[in-house]
Amino acid sequence: MKRLDSEILVIGGGIVGSAAALALARAGRRVAVLERDLCGARSSGINYGGVRRQGRAAVQLPLAQRAHHIWSGLRELIGIDGEYVRSGHFKLARSAADMQALEAYAELSRPYGLDIELISGERLRRQCPWLGGAVMGGSLCPEDGQANPRLVSPAFARAATAAGAAVLEGCEVLQAGHDGSAFVLEARHGGQALQARAAVLINCAGAWAGKLAAAFGEDVPMTSGHPSMAVTEPIPHFLPWSLGVEGGSIYCRQVARGNVVLGGGRGYVLDADRARASHDSILGLLPQAVELLPALRHVQIIRTWSGVEGYLPDRQPVLGPSATQAGLFHGFGFCGAGFQIGPAAGEALAELVLRARSPVPLDAFSISRFNAVAADASSHPLVPERKIS
Amino acid sequence: MSRPPVIIGAGPAGMRAAQTLAAYGLRPVLLDEAPRAGGQIYRQPPSGFTRRRTQLYGFEAGRARALHETFASLRGQLDYRPQTLVWNAQPGLLDLMETGTLAASSLSWDDLIVATGATDRVLPFPGWTTPGVFTLGGAQVALKFQGCAIGERVALAGSGPLLYLVAYQYAKAGARVMAVLDSGSMGDRLAALPAMLNQPAVLAKGMYYLAWLRLHGVAVHTRARVLRAEGGARVEALVWRREDMNDAQASPGPEQRIECDAVGFGHALRPETQLADLLGCRFGFDPVQRAQLPLRDPAGRSSVAGVYLAGDGAGIMGADAAELAGERAALALLQDRGMAVDRARIHTLEARLRRIGAFRQGLERAFPFPRRWAETAPDALLVCRCENISAGELRGAVRDCGAGELNRLKALTRVGMGRCQGRMCGVAAGEILAAAAQVPLSQVGRLRGQAPVKPIPIGMHCRQMPHAAPAAAPGEDA
Ligand SMILES: Cc1cc2nc3c(=O)[nH]c(=O)nc-3n(C[C@H](O)[C@H](O)[C@H](O)COP(=O)(O)OP(=O)(O)OC[C@H]3O[C@@H](n4cnc5c(N)ncnc54)[C@H](O)[C@@H]3O)c2cc1C
Ligand SMILES: Cc1cc2nc3c(=O)[nH]c(=O)nc-3n(C[C@H](O)[C@H](O)[C@H](O)COP(=O)(O)OP(=O)(O)OC[C@H]3O[C@@H](n4cnc5c(N)ncnc54)[C@H](O)[C@@H]3O)c2cc1C
Repeated sequence: MKRLDSEILVIGGGIVGSAAALALARAGRRVAVLERDLCGARSSGINYGGVRRQGRAAVQLPLAQRAHHIWSGLRELIGIDGEYVRSGHFKLARSAADMQALEAYAELSRPYGLDIELISGERLRRQCPWLGGAVMGGSLCPEDGQANPRLVSPAFARAATAAGAAVLEGCEVLQAGHDGSAFVLEARHGGQALQARAAVLINCAGAWAGKLAAAFGEDVPMTSGHPSMAVTEPIPHFLPWSLGVEGGSIYCRQVARGNVVLGGGRGYVLDADRARASHDSILGLLPQAVELLPALRHVQIIRTWSGVEGYLPDRQPVLGPSATQAGLFHGFGFCGAGFQIGPAAGEALAELVLRARSPVPLDAFSISRFNAVAADASSHPLVPERKIS
Repeated sequence: MSRPPVIIGAGPAGMRAAQTLAAYGLRPVLLDEAPRAGGQIYRQPPSGFTRRRTQLYGFEAGRARALHETFASLRGQLDYRPQTLVWNAQPGLLDLMETGTLAASSLSWDDLIVATGATDRVLPFPGWTTPGVFTLGGAQVALKFQGCAIGERVALAGSGPLLYLVAYQYAKAGARVMAVLDSGSMGDRLAALPAMLNQPAVLAKGMYYLAWLRLHGVAVHTRARVLRAEGGARVEALVWRREDMNDAQASPGPEQRIECDAVGFGHALRPETQLADLLGCRFGFDPVQRAQLPLRDPAGRSSVAGVYLAGDGAGIMGADAAELAGERAALALLQDRGMAVDRARIHTLEARLRRIGAFRQGLERAFPFPRRWAETAPDALLVCRCENISAGELRGAVRDCGAGELNRLKALTRVGMGRCQGRMCGVAAGEILAAAAQVPLSQVGRLRGQAPVKPIPIGMHCRQMPHAAPAAAPGEDA
C-alpha cells in the first residue's frame, strides 16, 4: 500500500478543489488533490461556460464579485486566458411580468456594482436584429461574460501543480475518517491502494460530496441534476452576448470558434457518474432556439451532452467549515452555477484553512443550515471511518 | 405484448436479420438512412440508373442479386423505412429523422439489432484535403452509386483488400490507374497465407485482382509510403517513396512522383460504433483491429439486454460474415424472446463465423497496419480537417498539458470536435496520442459517443411532441 502524508488533502479536482489547492500551494502549504478521474473532467470541464453574476441571489453576489476580479487576472493566475471574454450577459423578458422581475433584480443588485442596464423598445430592435419571437426587452450586465470550461478548469489544476501541489489523477477516495489525530483516507490510485493522511481535509467532490459529508455525520439533502447542452456547427459571428431568459428555459452563447452553445432542459442519468442529454431536452430545445434566434433554423447541431451537478434545496452551495469535525471544510453543491464563482469559492476555502475566516460573507452557505442537530454536535469527538462509495 | 424488434442498417447484416425475423413471423422495423437497401457493398444506384449488376458488383453480382431479390420478396413483411437516420439512442427510445423531409420522430424499442456498418479508416498524409483526394470507399461509392469516377488519372494508396478491388474496378470502368501504392509488402501476404486458406474463394478473388492489374500494366508498388499530395485547386501528383512502415531500421528509397488528377486512399475500415456506445454497450480493445469495439458474445448479444450487434458495425468481418452475423443475431433475439429456433442452423452459422474470424486475422496480417505511421507523421500534418488541428498541436497538448487520453486531448485541442465528431480523424488522433504519450493504444481510450450521430438541422420538424414537456433545468445558467 502506498502512503501519502500531507498537511492538507483536497478531494476533487474540479474548479473549486483545484482553485483551493492553487491558493494553498501559493501560500506555501503542503497540499495534495485526490481526483478520481482527470481534473476538470466533470461539471467543471463540461459546463455551458457562462461566467455570469447577473441572476444570482444577493447572498452570492459578494462571492461572485470576488470571482469577477479573479477572472480578470486569469492569465496571470493559470497561464491561459481560457477564451474568457467579458462579452456581456443579456437576460431576456418575454412578458411584462418578466420585465418587472428584471427591473427588480437590477435594483436589488445595484449595491454590488453589477452595472446592469435595461434595454427595451426601439433600442432593443436596433441592437438585436437577430432576435426573434416575443421578446419585450432585457437586462444587460456588460461585464459578465463567457469562457471555455474545457480549457479553464484543467488549467487550474495544472497551475496548482506548478505552484507545488501534489495532484493525483485517477485516484478515487473510497473511505474517509479521522483517527483522532489526523484525517485518514483510503483510496485507489492507478490500481493500487493508497492511504492518505493530513490534518486538514477539504471536500470538493461536487455532486458526489454528500457521501463524504455523511461519513462525518453531516447529512445534506443534495440531489443530482443534469443540465442538457447542445452545440451547433461553427457559423459566422452574429451573437455578441451570452443570452439567458427570465424563467430560464433556454440559454445560448456563440464561442470564439463560431459554434453556438445552447442549454436547456434536463438530461438523463447513464450511471452514478455520467449523464447525457435526453430525447426530451434536445427536442424541447430545438424549436425554442429557432424561435429565439431565427437565423439558426438551417444550422446543424453537431453534439449534445450533459453533466452531473449537485443541487441543494435552497439553490445555494455548501461552503465553509464542517459542523461536526474540526479541520474539515466543505465546498460543493453549486447548483448549476459554480463555474463563475468556483475560483472565489476555492480561495475562500483556502482562507478558512489559513486564517480561519474569509473576508467574503459565507454564512448563507453553512452546512448547519440543513441540520440543527449537527450544528449542536460541532464538538463531535471521534468519527469512525465510513465507506463513501 | 412486446413491440416489433427494430433493426438499424439495411446492409447485408440488417437485411438478413430482417429476413430471419420475418421468417419467424415477426414484423421488424428496419431503419436505414440510405434511400435504397444494400448497405456499402451491395449499394444500389438511384432508381433510373441502368448499369448491370455484373458491372456494379463484379464477383459479388450473384450475392447482390440474391440479397436484393430476397429483400424485394419481403416487402409487406417488414416495416422498412429508408431515408431514416437514427441520430440518437437511449434506453427504450430511438430518435429518428427522415433525411428527405427533415421530419423528426421517435421510436420506442424493446429489442434492437444494430447493424450500422463501417467507413474508411483514414490515416492522413500531407495534402490529403486537396480537392481530388478521396477515400477508397468514397471512390468506390462514386462508381457504384453514381457510375462516375473520381478522376481520369487515378492514383490509389493505402492498404487493405479494398485497395486492389477499387483499382480493379476503376481500371475495368475505363479510368487510368496510374499506380497502386500499398503500404504493406508481399512478404506480409505470404506470411498470412496459411490463415487465409480457409476462405479460398475470397483469397482467389484477391489474387485475381492483383494478377489482372499486373497483366494490364498497372504499376503496383509495395512498402510504399505516401509523402504528400501536390496541387492547388486540384491534386496534380502523389509523391511517395519506398519505406517500411513497420521497421524503422530499413532505409527508405528516393522520392518518386506520380502525376494524377485524383487520389483514392484508405487503410481498411473502421466500424460505426456510436449507436452501440450511446446505448451503453460495454467496449473492449481489439488488438487486431486496433480499435475499441463493443463487446458481444458469439451470437451477437451486447452487454446491454435487448441490444444485439451484427456486421461490420461491431468489428470488421466483411460482407459474408455480416450476412451470417445478421441471421445469428436475429436468432438470438428470437431465443431471448422465448421462441423456439432452429438449433442446427445456429451451429452452422457460428461455425462459419469462426472460420471467417480466422481468415480475418490472416487478412490483418496480409495488410498490416503501418505501425510507424504516427511517429513519422510530420508536425504540420492536418489531422482533424473540421477543426484544422495538426499532429504538432496534438503532440503539444501531450507534452505541455499531459494529455494521455482521447477525450482529454479533444477537450484541450478540439480534435474530433467538429462536424464529423471524430468519425474521420479519431483513429489518427488516437494513434498520434499513443505514440506521443508513449503508451499502448489500448490505453488512450475512445472518443465518447455523443448524439447526434450525424449533424441534424435545428429546424427539423418535430412531428410529435417530446415525450414530456421540457422542464427547466434545475439552476441552469439562465
Ligand atoms: C451541463 C452543466 C452546465 C453548467 N453551466 C454552468 C455555467 O454556465 N456557469 C456556471 O457558473 N456554472 C455552470 N454549471 C455548474 C458548474 O459547472 C459547477 O457548479 C462547477 O463546475 C462545480 O465545480 P466542482 O469543482 O464543485 O465540481 P466538479 O467539477 O464536479 O468536481 C468534483 C470532482 O470531484 C471528483 N470526485 C468525486 N468523488 C470523488 C472521490 N470519491 N474521490 C476522488 N475524487 C472524487 C470528481 O471526479 C470531480 O472531478 C454547469 C454545470 C453543468 C453540469
Ligand atoms: C465505402 C465502402 C465500400 C466497400 N466496398 C466493398 C466491396 O466492394 N467489396 C467488399 O467485399 N466489401 C466492401 N466493403 C466492406 C463491406 O461493405 C462490408 O463488409 C459489408 O457491407 C458489411 O455489411 P453490414 O451490413 O455490416 O454494413 P453495411 O453494408 O455498411 O450497412 C450498414 C447500413 O447501415 C446504415 N446506417 C448506418 N448508420 C445508420 C444510422 N445512424 N441510421 C440509419 N442507418 C444507418 C447505412 O446506411 C448502411 O446502409 C466496403 C465498405 C465500405 C465502407
